[in-house]
Amino acid sequence: MNLTLHVWRQPAPGQPGRIVDYPAPDISPDMSFLEMLDVVNERLIERGEEPIAFDHDCREGICGSCGLMINGAAHGPMKLTTACQLHMRSFKDGDEIWIEPWRAKAFPVVKDLIVDRSAFDRIIQAGGYISAPTGTAQDANALPIGKPEADWAMDNAACIGCGACVAACPNASASLFTAAKITHLGALPQGQPERMRRALAMVDRMDLEGFGGCTLFGECQEACPKGISIDAIMQMNRDYVLASATKVEAKEWSGSA
Amino acid sequence: MALKLDAKIPSGPLAEKWDKHRFEMKLVNPANKRKYSIIVVGSGLAGASAAATLSELGYNVSCFCYQDSPRRAHSIAAQGGINAAKNYRNDGDSVQRLFYDTIKGGDFRAREANVYRLAQVSVNIIDQCVAQGVPFAREYGGLLANRSFGGAQVSRTFYARGQTGQQLLIGAYQALEKEIARGGVRMYERHEMLELVLVDGKARGIIVRDMVTGEIESHAADAVILATGGYGNVFYLSTNAKGCNVTAAYRAYKKGAAFGNPCFTQIHPTCIPVAGDHQSKLTLMSESLRNDGRVWVPKKAEDCGKEPSQIAEADRDYYLERKYPSFGNLSPRDIASRAAKEACDDGRGVGPGGRGVYLDFADAIKRLGRQAIEERYGNLFEMYQRITDEDPYTRPMRIYPAVHYTMGGLWVDYNLMSTIPGLHVLGEANFSDHGANRLGASALMQGLADGYFVIPYTIGDYLASNKLEKVTVDHPEFTAAKEAVEQRTRRFLSINGTRTVDSFHRELGKIMWEKCGMARDEAGLKQALVEIPRLREEFWRNVRVLGTGEGLNQSLEKAGRVADFLEFGELMCLDALHREESCGGHFRSEHQTEDGEAKRNDERFAYVAAWEYAGEGKAPILNKEPLAFENVHLSTRSYK
Repeated sequence: MNLTLHVWRQPAPGQPGRIVDYPAPDISPDMSFLEMLDVVNERLIERGEEPIAFDHDCREGICGSCGLMINGAAHGPMKLTTACQLHMRSFKDGDEIWIEPWRAKAFPVVKDLIVDRSAFDRIIQAGGYISAPTGTAQDANALPIGKPEADWAMDNAACIGCGACVAACPNASASLFTAAKITHLGALPQGQPERMRRALAMVDRMDLEGFGGCTLFGECQEACPKGISIDAIMQMNRDYVLASATKVEAKEWSGSA
Repeated sequence: MALKLDAKIPSGPLAEKWDKHRFEMKLVNPANKRKYSIIVVGSGLAGASAAATLSELGYNVSCFCYQDSPRRAHSIAAQGGINAAKNYRNDGDSVQRLFYDTIKGGDFRAREANVYRLAQVSVNIIDQCVAQGVPFAREYGGLLANRSFGGAQVSRTFYARGQTGQQLLIGAYQALEKEIARGGVRMYERHEMLELVLVDGKARGIIVRDMVTGEIESHAADAVILATGGYGNVFYLSTNAKGCNVTAAYRAYKKGAAFGNPCFTQIHPTCIPVAGDHQSKLTLMSESLRNDGRVWVPKKAEDCGKEPSQIAEADRDYYLERKYPSFGNLSPRDIASRAAKEACDDGRGVGPGGRGVYLDFADAIKRLGRQAIEERYGNLFEMYQRITDEDPYTRPMRIYPAVHYTMGGLWVDYNLMSTIPGLHVLGEANFSDHGANRLGASALMQGLADGYFVIPYTIGDYLASNKLEKVTVDHPEFTAAKEAVEQRTRRFLSINGTRTVDSFHRELGKIMWEKCGMARDEAGLKQALVEIPRLREEFWRNVRVLGTGEGLNQSLEKAGRVADFLEFGELMCLDALHREESCGGHFRSEHQTEDGEAKRNDERFAYVAAWEYAGEGKAPILNKEPLAFENVHLSTRSYK
């Protein structure tokens, strides 16, 4: 099929960018979206033009590297699907496709479609872990965990850190990302000792990084390729309120932006 | 100059070696640890677990990865599970049995002492991961669940849905981020290692490129750890992530680290078949599917074009169950892959180009119900459907073998140190534990064993036993290495030929797959050894890398990786040519039994081939580490 692409090109951080149009003829419906971009890039290089830069790695929907706004939707039109797993059979001959990077103050553009998502790592640094230094663990079966609790932890642990939730949110909030981690660890008995401090520190860090607040639009849940539920945000809010009320000291953990 | 390969295997009975060694190794006292700096390259299971643990011990750690976050390392894509000799099923498992299965699975080409230690620490890994909050699958009683994997007759595989690698990596990543926040680890994301720096013969630092600013930087340390994964992307099409590459390991090889068994590559039997020329990578369908899926092809070639539902039970050949009745669909990977190839070579393959076999869940769905299957494999079925547009609940999956893992890697001794003092190599990047074939769910085990439980002890011994002068990046060795990297970068950008980097990579991959893939023979390998240098010569004359070195340039990144693959592929073929036997994933067509099984030659080849770089344009030198089997009887591997 023959397509027309409108792609955001931006040479470097802080420099002006613009939408550039590219024809994309002879695209097979069996190609993945990124393979379609590969083909366009090979043709650009042959013409002596710099290829379109985009993040990608595993191309199996698990590493979370790829992230594209495709026709205004994070990861494109197919639910529960990352851009790398989206196939061209979701489009039809003659389609025009708008491809842009994630848009959020906390995710500055690095080049073309690549953004800087290191703010996510800093949210994890604030408390998204269980302190269990190597060697300190007891036998794994000494701590039974009910299947429903373990499953709920896993549902939230499935987050791939791609940033689609932020890109889809009108407030550019990182609440779903942050809440997924708080909920994953908070659902498990191992996660209890640090639970209150974790909630305070991670939420504070999220605010410091410049993400917006959550006003429960629910766009994040729609965009999440791993189906993480907005229920996690309720859990985060409960933990945060409880932690604030019990005045757990958190500032020392959240650092400064 | 031949190397002296000393594996430094501790004396004493196998089961006591590690304990004895742990006591004999020198320690660095807690106050002194902070005076030492360690570089860790790679942030996958091995790298992240090592960096976090070394930082917990008090060392100053710098960790580097090419991805934008350490959480994205390719360990994340491992699906099925992680082995451990917990014997929670009470089904006869033990450290000894995991050890035995791994040695046998590797077709007797791995080092006994390393493998035994791996089996010993496997149990600690599960404990550690649970303590970190890894949400392993559980039974209703709250205890951990297990599943079976190929090459084993016990259920010892722990898993987190079809995302075990992701969950283990996130556990290690969170430990790493905890240490970054504490100030024990300095993390360098989007940094690619391009050179190793030796001072007085010891590994003392690396040269990296900041992939965002383009700056070439020098980093010095007291020891260097490479945990940079495997080189499956030499085949272009593999299940590896697009960025996986051999550069760090190959640069170390060119600086004197011996490369062990480079021809040992694993072709995984259950991947989604190639759909067309545009294909950029192959997707694995977890081996765990073979717990419930039955592999078959039509008995008659003329049935291949039919809908599978139209082929009667009697006209189907469940070839794994037929040929290997005791392991059946859970035969090891090398054997299952070759059997699939044989069926397709026999004209009985299904799907486009006849390169595919069926993996059928109809019986399992009838027996257990759709919901049970959905719970076990739901995400894999969805992935399959997204890629192929076919519903595996109603129509059998089509699968075909694809390059998945590399057992070969930099040679290391028992302490995981390479032939360069101070250079340690962990995880898939080393050669040590899987011999000529890796069993399913053992890669995750090895990566975490190396990082959490081996290197934290052995690196202390190295640091305490060696007097290391203070070295800074102003040392002439750093200046020279940095200049060499800058010059190479300028060269890529100045060629301005007519072909893209990818086109060279694809062509190399095709040569490797056809001549050094699932089956190899002398004529093909010799031909590859002519074709690869020719392609390499064209690359350096005719590649087109646009843009500049300043700033983010993905073509430039790829050019560096492909340039190294173009040299490394030759080393693989050389190794495959010299090893005139079939063992594990290395199948030389000339060496097979009457019924087509791999025929080992223990008299001539029971050794590790450790290749040593001899200089530009010179043939590499073959060094041999003989393998002694004192605890396992060398026997013909049978899964019948």
